[in-house]
Amino acid sequence: MERKIKVLVAKPGLDGHDRGAKVIASALSDAGMEVIYTGLHQTPEKIVKTAIDEDVDAVGLSILSGAHMTIFPKVLKLLKENKRDDILLFGGGIIPKEDMEELEKMGVGKLFGPGSQTKEVIEYLKDWFEKNRK
Amino acid sequence: MHIENLFQKLKEKDRVTLAKIITLVDNETPEGIEFLKRYYKERKESFRVGITGPPGVGKSTLVNKLVERFARKYNHLSILAVDPSSPFTGGAILGDRLRMENLYRFDNVYMRSVASRGSLGGLSSSTENILQVLEIFGTDLILVETVGVGQSELDVMEITDLVIVVLVPESGDSIQAMKAGIMEIGDIFIVNKSDRDGAEKTSEYIKSILQMKTKDKEILPPVINVSAKDDQNIDKLVEEIENLKKTFIENGIIERKRKIRKNKEVRDILRDMFIKSIDRELKIIENTKDKDISPYEISEKIFKKIDLKSLEDIWKEK
Repeated sequence: MERKIKVLVAKPGLDGHDRGAKVIASALSDAGMEVIYTGLHQTPEKIVKTAIDEDVDAVGLSILSGAHMTIFPKVLKLLKENKRDDILLFGGGIIPKEDMEELEKMGVGKLFGPGSQTKEVIEYLKDWFEKNRK
Repeated sequence: MHIENLFQKLKEKDRVTLAKIITLVDNETPEGIEFLKRYYKERKESFRVGITGPPGVGKSTLVNKLVERFARKYNHLSILAVDPSSPFTGGAILGDRLRMENLYRFDNVYMRSVASRGSLGGLSSSTENILQVLEIFGTDLILVETVGVGQSELDVMEITDLVIVVLVPESGDSIQAMKAGIMEIGDIFIVNKSDRDGAEKTSEYIKSILQMKTKDKEILPPVINVSAKDDQNIDKLVEEIENLKKTFIENGIIERKRKIRKNKEVRDILRDMFIKSIDRELKIIENTKDKDISPYEISEKIFKKIDLKSLEDIWKEK
């Protein structure tokens, strides 16, 4: 059986703008992936617990509140503590270029800013999966 | 990782390992199957409660409320929630966690979302495998939430010990259409969202149907008006689950169900093996030029071709 790519799409932080996360979730599902969608106001702890219990391949975070420099490193740290830093952490939202570079240096995967196409995200995930999980 | 190591870590109650083994059996990998073969005997038979009903009746919200009760009552609780896969893309959105906030309040609760992957009975074909892993882990109670079902998705009955059918006050007319189907598999019936009009009438209607269907010696399934959102009558539901659990154990009903379940499981595995071997033969037949050969005749030809050796090969390839 062909193994499905399993992705957790989560919306951490306090802002309520989840349109982007929902669009990504359905685009990934349309591309044949199994997407766990957990809704708004997820803490890093909840996100990591879900990622571990569901044994996902990747976690995608949508952050529009400006808290990306806090949340991404925290999730990364918790994944490491649980020895699951093999899970890809990627994301999107309003994130300045300098911050993106810094986060990517820390080990966060690709971050997609405004104007990104859903097919870029799909290709990125498929490519990562091919290289890391096969 | 070797499966002995996986088992060792599972016995140490390692969550990460539990999740990884479930992935192996969900994908029906050779390691996953080997794991189940070897450690089946280590399982502790947990009580399995199925929750089924049409889409949008509030199954996940109800499960969320049950989590709160059962997490306090049992050492370990598991939840398996199945959502539909798209028949066109194979993808799925698994959104049950959206309404299960209580999951995060308890450390003794494990929840897993599963996509149905083309299975039509309201579950996935790997569900039994996953439940076995949870039993090897040593969970006490498992809640299995099905895909939102219509009339005839009845797999949950075979895989669980007790089935809760969830309906809403507006289910009225459609209950008629479910008479032969999910109305026959419930051990407990819930009219959820009963803060809305018509709940009383709907539950009376369900009761009248159940009375007609239930034979003398059988237990008449309780019908409970619940509002999961407002936490109304959840304790009553928990009480009924516990009562029936006790009765089922005392009357030997559970044992009988488990025997039937095992038979079915063996049949499913064998059928799966046969189908794979048939598919292989079909490719040969497809090339035949004779258009007028009937499907029955082709079937007989294929049947004669299948031998035990080819079945064994397919099994090893799995």
